[in-house]
Amino acid sequence: MTSAVPLQYFLVVAGMLFTTGCVGFLLRRNLLVLLMSIELMLNAVNLTLVAFNRVHQHQHDGQLFSFFIIVVAAAEAAVGLAIVLAFFRVRKSVRSDDADLLRN
Amino acid sequence: MATFEFVFFCLCSLLCLLGGVATVAAKNPIRGAMGLLATIIGVAGMYLLLSAEMLAAIQVIVYAGAVVILFLFVIMLLGPVAAQEPDARGAISRYVGAVVMLGAAIAGLLAIVGSGGGVPTQLAAPVGGMGSVEAIGKEMFGRGVVAFQITGLLLLVGVVGAMAVARGRHGDASATRAHAALLKSKGPRHPSLIAPLSPNRSTAGARPPVEIAEGAEAAHGEAPKTLVTKEVAS
Repeated sequence: MTSAVPLQYFLVVAGMLFTTGCVGFLLRRNLLVLLMSIELMLNAVNLTLVAFNRVHQHQHDGQLFSFFIIVVAAAEAAVGLAIVLAFFRVRKSVRSDDADLLRN
Repeated sequence: MATFEFVFFCLCSLLCLLGGVATVAAKNPIRGAMGLLATIIGVAGMYLLLSAEMLAAIQVIVYAGAVVILFLFVIMLLGPVAAQEPDARGAISRYVGAVVMLGAAIAGLLAIVGSGGGVPTQLAAPVGGMGSVEAIGKEMFGRGVVAFQITGLLLLVGVVGAMAVARGRHGDASATRAHAALLKSKGPRHPSLIAPLSPNRSTAGARPPVEIAEGAEAAHGEAPKTLVTKEVAS
């Protein structure tokens, strides 16, 4: 018995999720929202990896990659939020536009 | 069974995409974090459909349980600043970038749909034990053991780095400096703030009790600056 949902459906959802995250990253100025957009994109990539792993199911390479990406994303969120806090301490703001100390 | 899977897939993808849009579009970052949570749960549901049970559990535990909570903590730590209004600098380049990205994605989707070739790849029934803890553990501690160890190192560096960056330069020294700056600044102060630096407090025991009572009364009633000059003059 085959699964009811073809592979391509997952890939399309992952692509839409990635596009959402990417557009959000380009549009928004709030550093917190930027970090959340990065998480969206990482989730989309993870979904793609797991979906392809479902096709080649004699090995678990895709799921292992997803696992490591989740680990890296968690570390990245912790460090990124620490940087946001440090930035807030200096500039009293979380706008990415205010990170302009090197301008001029 | 098959229809149930399809309905579950539709629900999960709806949760994913609506959550993603909510994350990106929310003015209030707390709503954005809730959207991120919806996305993560939707992706976890899709992992279940793709017979990656262990990853679904990890997704819920690590993402929903740790990362989103971390975001919420920081948003609440920052308070109203977290929802700042944007200024207009660089607005055009931003919109151009976003429109180009969105246009490229839509064009890619249309190209794939328009090519019309391709039959949907029907996934075969899952092999037994696919995505289970045992199967993944065997591979992770077999071929992937070095990467797993390096992951531990990465997490250690991440934790230490996050603490070092978030703590500020000198933990207690900065607090002392902030206190000193507060004392130096002009304007009305609370009497308790001036107490450590007031020269008269240290010699209070040597003076008659009447003056102390007078001084204490003044400290409650007037600005502390007046109190200091009066006591010096007396």
